[in-house]
Amino acid sequence: MSAVLQTNALVKTFGGIMATDRIDFTLEKGARHALIGPNGAGKTTFVNLLTGVLQPTSGTVVLNGEDITQLSRESRVKRGMARTFQINQLFSTMTPLAMIALVASERLGYGVRAFSRLDHDRRVIEETAAILAQFRLEDIMDNSIASLPYGKQRQVEIAAAFAAQPSVLLLDEPAAGVPEAERRELLNIVGSLPSDVSVLLIEHDMDIIFRFATRITVLVNGRVLADGDPTIIARDPAVRAAYLGEASHA
Amino acid sequence: MSTLEDRVRASLLASRRWHGAEIAFWLLALAVFWLFPRNLLLLNEIAILALFALSLDLILGFAGIVSLGHAAFLGLGAYAAGLLAKHGIGDPLVGLAFAMIVSGLAGLLASPLIVKGNDLTRLMVTLGVALILHEIANSWGSLTGGADGLQGIAINPVLGLFSFDLFGKTAYLYSLSVLFVLFLVARRMMNSPFGLSLRAIRDNSLRAAASGVPPSQRLALIYTIAASYAGAAGALIAQTSQFVSLDVLDFHRSADVMLVLIIGGPGYLYGGMIGAIVFKFLQDTISAFTPQYWMFWIGLFLVLFVLRGRTLIHGGVKLIMSRLPARVRGKRS
Repeated sequence: MSAVLQTNALVKTFGGIMATDRIDFTLEKGARHALIGPNGAGKTTFVNLLTGVLQPTSGTVVLNGEDITQLSRESRVKRGMARTFQINQLFSTMTPLAMIALVASERLGYGVRAFSRLDHDRRVIEETAAILAQFRLEDIMDNSIASLPYGKQRQVEIAAAFAAQPSVLLLDEPAAGVPEAERRELLNIVGSLPSDVSVLLIEHDMDIIFRFATRITVLVNGRVLADGDPTIIARDPAVRAAYLGEASHA
Repeated sequence: MSTLEDRVRASLLASRRWHGAEIAFWLLALAVFWLFPRNLLLLNEIAILALFALSLDLILGFAGIVSLGHAAFLGLGAYAAGLLAKHGIGDPLVGLAFAMIVSGLAGLLASPLIVKGNDLTRLMVTLGVALILHEIANSWGSLTGGADGLQGIAINPVLGLFSFDLFGKTAYLYSLSVLFVLFLVARRMMNSPFGLSLRAIRDNSLRAAASGVPPSQRLALIYTIAASYAGAAGALIAQTSQFVSLDVLDFHRSADVMLVLIIGGPGYLYGGMIGAIVFKFLQDTISAFTPQYWMFWIGLFLVLFVLRGRTLIHGGVKLIMSRLPARVRGKRS
């Protein structure tokens, strides 16, 4: 497999605190990769560095062979990197349909068109309908996003990220806060994402991680503590001590 | 084509379809020309204020940019159109276009200061820009007439046919026509992919960028467009009154237009127009029986309105808008 996303000695400091410490990370093409670590390990900071929300103090981020370290957030999306957030980030006054149509329209480069009509554009309509069907959002597509249950909102956020047709999808705790009844549907959707999309999952729930991931990276205090196959990670004494504890996955 | 694609198309179409209430609104705006022939000067002021408020709505209601200095572009447009007419080019449409270009360019120049900041920064920057322009206009008396105002403006008949008169007949129809055309353009823009991206930035800038929308670029663009709209309102002031004073750059203009938009409700294009009608009606009515203290009553009204009445008026308007198409659908089915 080839790498679609790489970081080289990625450092981010906030004042005197080193949030990420020379992180070398590789996401392979089509990977189902989990990033785990205790609270404050630097997981979300790392994702924010990957997506351009934060600029690194030093180090580089390479996407599909291109150094994207200095690129804006939106430029990274256009180059194939999409994400969801730990806390839902949605367009509360929009409908799921409008939100997905927006992403499709931006992907197609229509965003500056001030006088064209979305309902006249066949590609936007086709892409929007396909995403709504794939993520089972047809029944709620005209509802206000703000009125949807939390689990559905999570689903909309993943669908909107996927509408950008990413080669790399970063999911920051997608199941956090989702009630059990809606959790299964959400996990089925995450599990059925196309195999050509490389997925990096940041998660605390060990059941989800070990069901989903084929590779795990463990972050502790901003450093990579371990990286490898889930079964090896589960047996690693350092990981167990630092993170999993005695309640580790059996 | 699949059924779902049809539904997606229908939903996207529904969001930009004309409501019966909108058509009624514009017919009524035209009908008042004959219904209130003695109030055409006031109606002209309302149309100009409505255009100015529409301009603010484009940035505040649709893109979330707050401004306390929007009069900067109104004033620039007024002086641009006034100076052009004073120096021999009195065609109103040429003056209107010139004012829009001048104000638009000023908006473009100011936009880097606006797009990067937070709300507080934007309030201060917009206020500062307006104050600077006010002082320049005041000090540059040889060009602007300073505190005496710009005099000697001669405006040609509209399209070479309709001369401006003392009763405001041509003025109202001219201002209403400009308002309507610019409203149509704004409506089209706000229902386009560009308009959708502005709503995205207003709702959640973080998610907008994560969806591929470049917030700075889009905000700069709408700020430029809104500035040119404000310039058009300024041109209408200069052309229909054939006079420009420092008042067009005064802080109260920026404050008034903010109040107008708050009264009418931002983010649906009609807020500025409804607000302009209510504001001017209140101003006219209250000042008729208490010319000295009308600001007191306006202030009291605004306090009560913001505390209680806003949801009632906005809720009522939204109810009407939502009911009308529902009835139409009901009859069809």
